[in-house]
Amino acid sequence: MSENTKEMIAKRTAQELANKSIVNLGIGIPTLVPKFLQESDVILHTENGMLGISDVSEEKVDPNLVNAGKLPVGEEIGSSFFNSADSFGMIRGGHVDVAILGGLQVDQKGLIANWAIPGKNIIGVGGAMDLLVGAKKIIVTIMHTSKDGSSKIVPECTYPITSIRSVNVIITDLAVFEVRDEKLVCIEVMPGSSEEKVKEKTDAEFIFDLKK
Amino acid sequence: MKIYESVEESLEQVKDSDTIMVGGFGLVGAPLTLVEGLTKKDVKGLTIISNNLGEKNRGLGILLNQGKIDKGIGSYFTSNRDVGDAYQKGEIDLQLLPQGTLSESIRAGGAGLGGYYTKTGVGTELVEGKEEREIKGERYIFEPALTADVAIVRAWKADELGNLVYYKTARNFNPIMATAANIVIAEVDEIVEAGELSSEEIVTPHLFVDSVVKAQKILTKEGVIDHE
Repeated sequence: MSENTKEMIAKRTAQELANKSIVNLGIGIPTLVPKFLQESDVILHTENGMLGISDVSEEKVDPNLVNAGKLPVGEEIGSSFFNSADSFGMIRGGHVDVAILGGLQVDQKGLIANWAIPGKNIIGVGGAMDLLVGAKKIIVTIMHTSKDGSSKIVPECTYPITSIRSVNVIITDLAVFEVRDEKLVCIEVMPGSSEEKVKEKTDAEFIFDLKK
Repeated sequence: MKIYESVEESLEQVKDSDTIMVGGFGLVGAPLTLVEGLTKKDVKGLTIISNNLGEKNRGLGILLNQGKIDKGIGSYFTSNRDVGDAYQKGEIDLQLLPQGTLSESIRAGGAGLGGYYTKTGVGTELVEGKEEREIKGERYIFEPALTADVAIVRAWKADELGNLVYYKTARNFNPIMATAANIVIAEVDEIVEAGELSSEEIVTPHLFVDSVVKAQKILTKEGVIDHE
């Protein structure tokens, strides 16, 4: 997937974030979202134990100041550090407004699979399951299709699901979906995409309710 | 509380088949000096509780390659490909927990609880077989607390009493692990006189800490280097 495509998804994702909301970013496309935020629009939380992340310039990189993707970050005014149990207490306890996650598949009920591939060693889960039960709103950023062209928006996940809780918004390179009452609603077609293309590349059942 | 000059001596009480908690998120906040001490020590059959098992040939990754680890309990072993290979070959056993469950289980262990109920993982393959109950109309599963024989942690500064403060995101699992083991060994950048750390800034009060040793390995932008 090209850098431009990822950035297009990240840019659209940034529009979903309300001012001053507390946001946790997953690894991959989500880490590009801050590029498209005005300074201090939102407050970033990272599960390895920090609230109030800013960008960092190359010369100020501190190897002991990183986000959950182990990338260097900076300190926003009013930032704080805390231990891992407190950090996940914030997540499970419903104190984080939005989590932006990557995914392997999302199904037509809005269930996400993003931690294990059948037939491969399952040796990592990280914080995804905690974020899914705890964050008030879940946004999934995902490429619409895999490298072989098959749809990642599927009738039912064939990979193990991460939670029984449905996600709220799915943003792909082709479309934006909302999950309403465990049903997928396509509310927007991404630049360069079309309704026909979205229909063709989506295996899951969904309806259009395009915002004009 | 004892301050050790020698890393080897600080690890003297570690024995075969011990369960050891190791702080750090990847290499950040990992007690790299004490981990290196373990790689030099004649010890085997360890169970390691740590978010990751280091990185390939770094940190706990070396201990893994030496065959000293029988079991890993953590949330994200994906960061070291050798873990998957060792698991595939049946050389190690792994217990995978969501990161919030791993950290809460350690916190609970340190706080004297037997376990707790959480929503995390409910209905997924990862928690199959775990006891489930309904609380206020929602599904929860039981997670037992975690404790260990030894915890090795990384802090920024210790005072002579063993009070600890941490540096930025190198804090992560260290303060909770310092509460949950019989023997707690902290490696620190700096040891200061009692009274130099303000009472408000102390994160780990000294009653949790048994031993302190100066860090000889530090994480820099260029990688892990020896303290001069």
